[in-house]
Amino acid sequence: MKVVTSNFITCAVKDCKSFPLHFRDAKLELQELDFQAEFIQNIIPRLDWDKLQITANELGFSNISDTKPNDDALNNEQILRDLHKLLLEVQIMEGKLICGDCGHEYMIKEGIANFLLPSHLGL
Amino acid sequence: MEFLIRFAQAHETFRQPEIEALASLAGYKVDFLYYDKFSPYAVVKLPDEAAARAVISRSILAKDIFSLWGQATNYDDLHANVRRRTSHLWKDLKQVSFRFTVDAFAGKHTAEETRDIIQSFAYVGFEGPVRLKNPDEQFWVCEEYISDVEAPRSTRSAEPMPQLTRPKRIFLGRWLAHGSRDIMGKYDLKKRKFISTTSMDAELTLITANMAHAAPGKLFYDPFVGTGSFCVAAAHFGALNMGSDIDARSFKGKDPATVGNNKQVRDVRTGRSIGLLSNFEQYGIASKYVDAFTSDLTNTPIRVGQFLDGIVCDPPYGVREGLRVLGTRDGRGTEEVLIDGVPAHYLPGYIAPKKPYGFEAMQNDILTFASRTLVTDGRLCMWMPTSNDEVELVIPMHPDLEIVSVSVQPFNNWSRRLITYRRLPEGQVSDVSLGRQKYDAQGNYADDLNEFRRKYFTKNEKKLAKEQEKTHDE
Repeated sequence: MKVVTSNFITCAVKDCKSFPLHFRDAKLELQELDFQAEFIQNIIPRLDWDKLQITANELGFSNISDTKPNDDALNNEQILRDLHKLLLEVQIMEGKLICGDCGHEYMIKEGIANFLLPSHLGL
Repeated sequence: MEFLIRFAQAHETFRQPEIEALASLAGYKVDFLYYDKFSPYAVVKLPDEAAARAVISRSILAKDIFSLWGQATNYDDLHANVRRRTSHLWKDLKQVSFRFTVDAFAGKHTAEETRDIIQSFAYVGFEGPVRLKNPDEQFWVCEEYISDVEAPRSTRSAEPMPQLTRPKRIFLGRWLAHGSRDIMGKYDLKKRKFISTTSMDAELTLITANMAHAAPGKLFYDPFVGTGSFCVAAAHFGALNMGSDIDARSFKGKDPATVGNNKQVRDVRTGRSIGLLSNFEQYGIASKYVDAFTSDLTNTPIRVGQFLDGIVCDPPYGVREGLRVLGTRDGRGTEEVLIDGVPAHYLPGYIAPKKPYGFEAMQNDILTFASRTLVTDGRLCMWMPTSNDEVELVIPMHPDLEIVSVSVQPFNNWSRRLITYRRLPEGQVSDVSLGRQKYDAQGNYADDLNEFRRKYFTKNEKKLAKEQEKTHDE
């Protein structure tokens, strides 16, 4: 599970849909990837920056900027590289994603998050 | 300007939509001036040579593109046409090295005939050397005959029908660029590490990626990812990919070293990747892999918001792979189950209950999902099977999505279609009055819910019964 994905994921329970989910007991790995500036430039406008800050802080990346990069910052290579690392290269290999509202826990095992729900959760 | 395209004679109904998709991706408008489903040659109008090269470079179904130097139904007219169109270009080509190729579709020539055909163009006055390997310029004489696919012979006589012996159309083209047909070999399923019975072949996944406008910087998602064939194809063209599946085993694969230990994803000791990711690694495109996760489309965790550039999917048909969503068939399981005080669904090895899913419901859910998550002009490419006895094909529609193209791959008693949709800008609505107004039959079992499955199997049973009757008669 990567950080970029967590910015597009809510609680799967129909009546809840709380966002963002919170990482707990997260075991992180860093995997270096080819730098893809174009992708970062495209995805920035689609990110929920406030929620990304919450996630980043929870994972211990507290140096994320307070405001969403725009205009000149979108062409600043260092800013793009830092975001590339946070969004795509940090992998959450083990742990849980916890819903802040309904408390449901989603397991992450070996990099794969499981969002299937048990039948009593109003299917 | 007019250009000649030489297509492969494969997946005929995909050829024009692929070229149109690639033209719109590159920002050009393409017009087909001549197209015949029986012919490999087509004439298109594009703004200039740069556009022609850009459009063809990614095409899987086009082999080459040429500047059109002439077209006619016989050689006298062709020569006149070539003189009229190109005589002003000849002097610049006087000294270049060149070669001529005669490409006869559904016809053939002896070496002498071929030489005579080439010699008949001597009036262009090229004085440069003829070079068969890597010439500066290549010219192709393309002849199109009536093939016996187009005009099946009624009698079994050895003499070809007279109209089959003369070409019905001849083109002269100056070669510009190749398509991308050669990459089909690179992505051949036979050489891929991780596949399953329902993996789609390289050719069709690459075409799908072209129709969906996969390109660098874009984010793609496949809600029925399986072994990730579409992801790999979209990644080849530069898009980044997420995928999910209701059954994690389909994208994880089995790792023989750790089966039974609930650790089949990535062995910590060997560091081996899950199946899906190993495919990306095999092709050197691991940086295009974003994520795979376990989820169900009817209870998707993906948030509403326009952030996907493309959605590509081949949803299960319910024939080889069952159609399933979360839930229970008989409405049981509405209470939380505790084992030793711990909710059962948090225990290792818990399997969420699933129930059969309606075929129409699934397709409508995909369209609704796409309308909520695609960016404006983002594309949805969805494969859909139909049994051949369906009287009138009705395509699923959604007011936010415009149908761009529908292509068909026919099989014996069923066929599947690739439907490409475009997400309309907010405020624009597509006409859905002709759309599918059908809903699934009611029921709890797969055969009740899935009309395609029912037709597919009843037909086979009928056929079987017929064959048995036959053997009885004999």
